[in-house]
Amino acid sequence: MRKLVQVIVHKMRNRKIKRRNRSLGGDIFLMIVLGMFGLFSLYPLVYIVVNAFKPMSEVFIFPPKLTVDNPTLNNFFDLGAIIEGFDVPFSRYMFNTLFITGVGTLGTVLLGAMAAFPLAKYQFPGSKLMSNIIVYSLMFSSAVTAIPNYFIMSSLNLIDSYWAVILPAVGGTLGLYLMKNFIVQVPDEMLEAAKIDGAGELKLFFSVVMPLCKPAWITLIILSFQSMWGTTGGVFIYSEELKPLSYVLSQIVSSGIARTGVSSAVSLIMLVVPVTVFVISQSNVIETMATSGMKG
Amino acid sequence: MKKTNNKESFRQVWQRHKSKYLMIAPFGLIFFLFTFLPVLVSVVLSFTSFNMAEMPKFSGVTNYINLLVKDSVFVTAVKNTLVLALVTGPLSYIMCFLFAWLINELPRIPRAILTLVFYAPSISGNAYIIWKLIFSSDTYGFANAWLMKLGITNEAILWFEKADYILPILIIVQLWLSLGVSFLSFIAGLQNVDRSLYEAAAVEGVKNRWQELWYITLPSMKPQLMFGAVMQITNSLSISSISIDLVGFPSVDYAGHTILTHLHDFGNLRYEMGYACTIAVVLFFIMVLCNILVQKLLRRMG
Repeated sequence: MRKLVQVIVHKMRNRKIKRRNRSLGGDIFLMIVLGMFGLFSLYPLVYIVVNAFKPMSEVFIFPPKLTVDNPTLNNFFDLGAIIEGFDVPFSRYMFNTLFITGVGTLGTVLLGAMAAFPLAKYQFPGSKLMSNIIVYSLMFSSAVTAIPNYFIMSSLNLIDSYWAVILPAVGGTLGLYLMKNFIVQVPDEMLEAAKIDGAGELKLFFSVVMPLCKPAWITLIILSFQSMWGTTGGVFIYSEELKPLSYVLSQIVSSGIARTGVSSAVSLIMLVVPVTVFVISQSNVIETMATSGMKG
Repeated sequence: MKKTNNKESFRQVWQRHKSKYLMIAPFGLIFFLFTFLPVLVSVVLSFTSFNMAEMPKFSGVTNYINLLVKDSVFVTAVKNTLVLALVTGPLSYIMCFLFAWLINELPRIPRAILTLVFYAPSISGNAYIIWKLIFSSDTYGFANAWLMKLGITNEAILWFEKADYILPILIIVQLWLSLGVSFLSFIAGLQNVDRSLYEAAAVEGVKNRWQELWYITLPSMKPQLMFGAVMQITNSLSISSISIDLVGFPSVDYAGHTILTHLHDFGNLRYEMGYACTIAVVLFFIMVLCNILVQKLLRRMG
């Protein structure tokens, strides 16, 4: 069983990656297109980073500039001073966010992918109905479901706990739908071969499906992490010591214009972690390029 | 949810597919409680009058009649939503694929950087507020400054105050934000294309990158393309926060009013939850309809 996977992985690795059918003119043209849209997209990142290091005197210059003349760390010191003054220590907020993000992301990826596997690869009574429900539940506006969700949460006694934020995220179908569309491509022959070796469905899932769908679940980690990281808890968590970091930081931001510089520092801090996760994960997707690959 | 087949008894089905049902169960339970049930309750609420202070009162199809027949603002909202969706939906879909495909050609490091750059607008929260500066209505706004420098206009244009400009601005911002989930899934999907197919194709006479794209890459990515289509349909029909934040709420002549901003109006400002749920249900059916049409179109092309 494991040997089979190893052989396949080895085969994929030895496959030479050659660039055929590429003309220089086409390369240049496409690079220009990429470059232009890239500049267009880069703008908010540059803006957030630069603003965080602007001294107060430069924040209010109009029109706003994309450069900073006298970079300063004052915004970060000010932010630190504000956080010092809170009743709940910063590390507590940090822990809340890490717990929510960690458990939420793990749950989304693991439970979503596990449910996606049978739905993608087998036909059984109810499979089609379930697949349809999953796609269509992506289309119902979450703006109105928040209220029924609140009642369900409170009747289960989950209001004001981490789970009030984690469970609805895990119960979303985007992750499952994404995974399902990748698992469909896992060759049936590989599953059959592993089954002949005596592997059960769960074993198939962990030792054949998941390794082959690495680009998919890494993508899902990025998406899930990003949305969990930004969650403020809203009305679902009201105890101050259970609030996530983004709630506290957004409170600081919304508390007045005098702290404009500080709010730029907040934006940068909130951005750094998801971007780091993104870069690490994304370079992992790229790394698998040489090792994975499926016959369609 | 689990339907039994007529030919087999429930027990036989369970025996045969037990492991599959058990793998779905953990997700299924959470999904049922926190996604499916809330949707169901919302649908029920759409037939009631509910102000969140008193118990919902059953009102039959009154909400639906009011919304579809009497609410003239809703007609504007539907029109705007469809215009936005028809332009940004297909365009953003093509952009997601095109950029993912182009990036996939690059060596490792530039590719990681460019992926981040393109994805940046969707990761940076409400960074789209910077568009307010670009289209600022005084001469300092970048758009005005440039137009005046180039001699196209003599005086500053009031971008957000003229109804004609509002939809085009929303389209530009939405396109800028559109390299999100679908874009990432396309990048991941491109990693899964069997590379030996390209070599075989080169031997068999595929001459350039466009033929390669058409004959190999696209057919190998059907599941991801389907996924991307669903995501872009849902996103392009759900434009609301960029409209509220950029052109204000309510916008001039309701020019930036969409189905979701209409929902926001009744749900968050007027507390008419029953009516808000009705809007959600109607939007749901519009999305389902679009989805069916697009899936048919994609199948015909494949």
